Amino acid sequence: MNATIGKLAANRLFWPVVMLLALFAINLVAFPGFFAITIKDGHLFGSLIDILRNGAPMLIIAIGMTLVIATRGIDLSVGAICAIAGAVACSILLGSSDPSNPATVAVAIAVAVGISLLLGVWNGFLVAVLGIQPIIATLILMTAGRGVAMLITEGQILTVNSPPFKAIGSGFWVGVPIAVVIAAVVFAVAALITRRTALGLMIESVGINPEASRQAGVRARGLLFAVYTFCAFCAAIAGIILTANQTAADANNTGLFIELDAILAVVIGGTSLMGGRYSLTGTLVGALVIQTLVTTVYTVGIPPIATMVFKAAVVTVVCLLQSPATTAAFASWRRTAALRTAGKEMAA
Amino acid sequence: MTGAAPVVDMTDISISFPGVKALDKVSFRMFPGEVHSLMGENGAGKSTLIKALTGVYGIDSGVITLAGEHVSFSGPAAAQAAGISTVYQEVNLLGNLTVAENIMLGREPRTWRGIDWKAMRARSTELLAGLHLDIDPNSLLNEHSLAVQQLVAIARAVDVQAKVLILDEPTSSLDADEVAELFRVIRSLKADGVAILFVSHFLDQVYGISDRLTVLRNGALVGEYLTEEILRIDLVQKMIGKELTALDDLEKRTHTASTSGSVDNDEVVFVRASQLGRAGSVEPLSLPIGEGEVVGLAGLLGSGRTEIARLLGGIDRADAGELTISGKPVKLRTPRQALSHGIAYSSENRREEGVVADLTVRDNIVLALQADRGWFRPIPRKRQDELAESYIKALNIRPANPDALVRNLSGGNQQKVLLARWLAIAPRLLILDEPTRGIDIGAKAEIQKLVYSLAENGMSVVFISAELEEVLRLSNRVAVMRDRQLVADIENDALTVESLLALIADGSDSASANSSVEAVLVEAGPAQSAPSQSAPSQNAPAPTAPSQNTSGGTP
Amino acid sequence: MTGLAPEKTAEPSVQPPNRRAPRRATGPGFRPSPAGPGVDAPSTLTRVLSGIRHTFSSPKYGPVLVTLLLFIAVFVAGGLRYNGFFSGQVLLNLFVDNAYLIVLAVGMTFVIITGGIDLSVGAVVAMSTMIAASLLQGGWPPGVVIPLILVLTSLLGLLVGLMIHVFEVQPFIATLAAMFLARGLCYVISKDSISIVDPFFVSFAQTRIPLGGGLSITPSVIIALVVVLAAVWVLQYTRFGRTVYALGGSEQSGMLMGLPTARTKVLVYVISGLCSGIAGVLFTFYTLSGYSLTAVGTELDAIAAVVIGGTLLTGGYGFVLGSVLGVLVLGIIQTIITFEGTLSSWWTKIFIGGLLLVFIILQKVLTAKRR
Repeated sequence: MNATIGKLAANRLFWPVVMLLALFAINLVAFPGFFAITIKDGHLFGSLIDILRNGAPMLIIAIGMTLVIATRGIDLSVGAICAIAGAVACSILLGSSDPSNPATVAVAIAVAVGISLLLGVWNGFLVAVLGIQPIIATLILMTAGRGVAMLITEGQILTVNSPPFKAIGSGFWVGVPIAVVIAAVVFAVAALITRRTALGLMIESVGINPEASRQAGVRARGLLFAVYTFCAFCAAIAGIILTANQTAADANNTGLFIELDAILAVVIGGTSLMGGRYSLTGTLVGALVIQTLVTTVYTVGIPPIATMVFKAAVVTVVCLLQSPATTAAFASWRRTAALRTAGKEMAA
Repeated sequence: MTGAAPVVDMTDISISFPGVKALDKVSFRMFPGEVHSLMGENGAGKSTLIKALTGVYGIDSGVITLAGEHVSFSGPAAAQAAGISTVYQEVNLLGNLTVAENIMLGREPRTWRGIDWKAMRARSTELLAGLHLDIDPNSLLNEHSLAVQQLVAIARAVDVQAKVLILDEPTSSLDADEVAELFRVIRSLKADGVAILFVSHFLDQVYGISDRLTVLRNGALVGEYLTEEILRIDLVQKMIGKELTALDDLEKRTHTASTSGSVDNDEVVFVRASQLGRAGSVEPLSLPIGEGEVVGLAGLLGSGRTEIARLLGGIDRADAGELTISGKPVKLRTPRQALSHGIAYSSENRREEGVVADLTVRDNIVLALQADRGWFRPIPRKRQDELAESYIKALNIRPANPDALVRNLSGGNQQKVLLARWLAIAPRLLILDEPTRGIDIGAKAEIQKLVYSLAENGMSVVFISAELEEVLRLSNRVAVMRDRQLVADIENDALTVESLLALIADGSDSASANSSVEAVLVEAGPAQSAPSQSAPSQNAPAPTAPSQNTSGGTP
Repeated sequence: MTGLAPEKTAEPSVQPPNRRAPRRATGPGFRPSPAGPGVDAPSTLTRVLSGIRHTFSSPKYGPVLVTLLLFIAVFVAGGLRYNGFFSGQVLLNLFVDNAYLIVLAVGMTFVIITGGIDLSVGAVVAMSTMIAASLLQGGWPPGVVIPLILVLTSLLGLLVGLMIHVFEVQPFIATLAAMFLARGLCYVISKDSISIVDPFFVSFAQTRIPLGGGLSITPSVIIALVVVLAAVWVLQYTRFGRTVYALGGSEQSGMLMGLPTARTKVLVYVISGLCSGIAGVLFTFYTLSGYSLTAVGTELDAIAAVVIGGTLLTGGYGFVLGSVLGVLVLGIIQTIITFEGTLSSWWTKIFIGGLLLVFIILQKVLTAKRR
């Protein structure tokens, strides 16, 4: 029994899942209707749906971040890219004569995504071509990006009135929030692309050992461009969802700290910041843990502003549980447990 | 020498790591004023024993005494304070600090205002002068070559007035001059009564400098011997623990694929380097490689043998000369380009540049093939499994599990996985840089056999090894490198270990070079005597045998 | 910290040719500190010139010198362009306005030299202002409040350091957790701004120390400068300080050389915590209030200042005085934008981003040349 638990604990999804279940349990105690999902006006409602919907932007970014982190990188600029994408989309909508026309919305989104892709290429250029450490390379855009977003909005909060745009943030599709649908699509696409092609193998290979990969003929440069561009794409999508949800672009606050949440989701999901093997499923669980935590704080009746304290606690606990020191302790506990069982059998 | 009490006495030392017994009741002693070599293959427990002595690892059982007193070090600092200094193989100094600091760090002279930089510089200059090293103590350490850094590390060790100085493979990155210089320093320390623990893979150096040997194998003590009383062949046998017969059957097959001297004909030349070179790395040289030919590259470490191989494999870019492949000039800028021309380079640095440790055996085997196809054209899983299984079988990779992480494989099996990766892309030229280093003798023989059959099937092979016997046994032609230059390119029909050694060591014009030749030749003495002594024994191949076989066996 | 260092693994360990006689690998005139005797260079001028070239291309000194030149250039350009810019008080105000940032940058310099990073400093500043404001509101005497803040922030740094050292959590993540904790505690104390009316704080905030000629500074500047001097001394003249550099060079080597790496690694985060606490107190003097949303993004300013000041983000090289210079460069850009009037504030961020880019590329070039 003990040995089985020990074996499970060695799986890197073990602690994140335990954490998620614990949070669910707390919610269930505090709010018995936690798992209830009701249908109102053909739309799904319930705490779990809220968690999914509110967590969608962060999850989308975390997916892109997972691939970046797997290559030994990190992308701090996603929050700024969120703000830029939102600012671009809103300023195009405001500038157009007919912001409610779906075609206008499509153009606005396309331009916003296009600009974000360029920013991703820029990050990729700094990392892949100039060989600058990713944390530093993306720090540049993290710092300058919000300035650029404010430049676009001219320091104003741009409020738009466009039902089709608003629907992206708060609409429903076959009863499911559109944001959740988008997140699911991004997740599925990322999983398919990386696992059905050899992209996943290449990313892990470069992340584990860049030089060996180079000598095996892997083109890391193209890969790095690809992951940073994809990450920026994810950030743009998330930024549009966030902006659409508020029907306003706020250069200062859209996507503020979302890079940190996304990185946390990746780390909680068991992907090491040192790069290498990654788990998109882990990232999904990690994102759910963070979002459930936020929701839990609301449900339990703690002032929502204290969420950050709990986030700190969760990060700390998960990191400590995943740390080599703890793993070693668990391993020795497992061994002694096994020995004890063996000893008992001998005695019997 | 032996009359005195030992300064270090380690008795029945045992250390275990999860799953491994790294040291099993090993005893080891050192006397003041002697050079003691610790011998053993990779995995013998040499570094574990050193780390036990220097307090990096705690011991599970056993007793360590230093100068008669029971000791138990909490860490390297404690060991150092007690008079045990270590110079590690990969120079463990700090490139971002000055030379003076690297010598004095942790023992800086201080006044009431803090570190006394002036006194520190003065003391460093003094110590460096003692080693005949004329460098600015204020310069950053990483501005200097590895050899100088090594001497700085010794200067640091000398400054603590060590009773025991541990030199862990100090010569692996030094040229002959520098080795001679190092030996001079070692002898003068020895004269001062320091006990020196010397680890080197170069038997010549071991015989040249050490008074006493301790041999370890698989974490156990084999024995302690006086250097002058043990024959080289006996020592090797004690180290590897297996009879050398494993390699015997190869002898008969030598050079059946030899194309005897016709390699200059453009039709059979696959790759031709013309005045190919790279500044600061290897001087321009010309080298043809025929189809189905095994070209051995001989030379000391740092002679340019790896450097030229890296140019051929596209790992580094050549900045002089040109390379033709099948008669067409090409420029190789990346390994990828070389691979696309059918040239694969298998790095000497297996762990850092070869295998991807956290990927599975299967992933490692298909990696180069997949990279060649591009990521959007994945190799079907079924094909991957077939590839992995066939190579696991063909190369006898253990464990025979395609899903095992390569990190958990032994060195020899990692090497085989790496070979499988290159074979999977069916290269026309395979460059093997020390494929047999640090692996057990069985795997070694298997890899040697593989090289044979590859060449027989028309693959060109460039084979680099520090072991001259191995180079001679496998190669049709041997190119000899010295001081970054190609000094000889000869058919392997009358070559012997002695003649090869002479080529590798032969001096040029300058005075300093001459002295170094003497040093090498003197140290090479046992190398010459040992094989001749072993000739009567049935186990060891006489170095002259291959050439005799060739001349006799080639139709 | 995410450890992508291709230049380390990619480069083969090719040694330059080693002849026996000229082992002097440095340039003939390279003397970073006062030239020692016995350097026979062709002429003083060429010696000086090559010395200058060498110093500029050194990863140790190059970036700092570029920063110094940049600062002087911007100051002169501002002076030529705007009336009243070229005054001592404008220069002194850089210190007055950025005293807290200087202290933060000092702490950050310690951390970054070891190769770590501290994302928590902005949040810790905010937490310090909140603790100060709420305790003073509750009638606690300043003589208790200030030491208490310093102890608490150092304690937080200690926890972060232990998390990093004992549990091998990456500095990025560990300090991120500390950032969340500190910010969260701010909100727990109060989500509204609390103003400070304590007479000691008010008088401290209003005191100007005249320097003659109509120039003046605040006591905060003195405190910041004392912190800077102490840090310079610690880094340059103590074994602890040199171990900080050793950690940035190679922790493994440092450990094998017998240096107290573990203790040092934990201590730099304690120092960063302490500096954040001091900066928080200075910030409280500056604003005379506590507010949980204050100093958002200040960690980025501190990191930018340290980088612009010539400290390599990969660790191992850097100077406290460089970081001070970095803060001054950030400050003078802000001043220029204020003087310009028509430029909007967001240009500051864009400028800082651009500067970061320039300096990071500069560092890259300088270290790449040295392998």
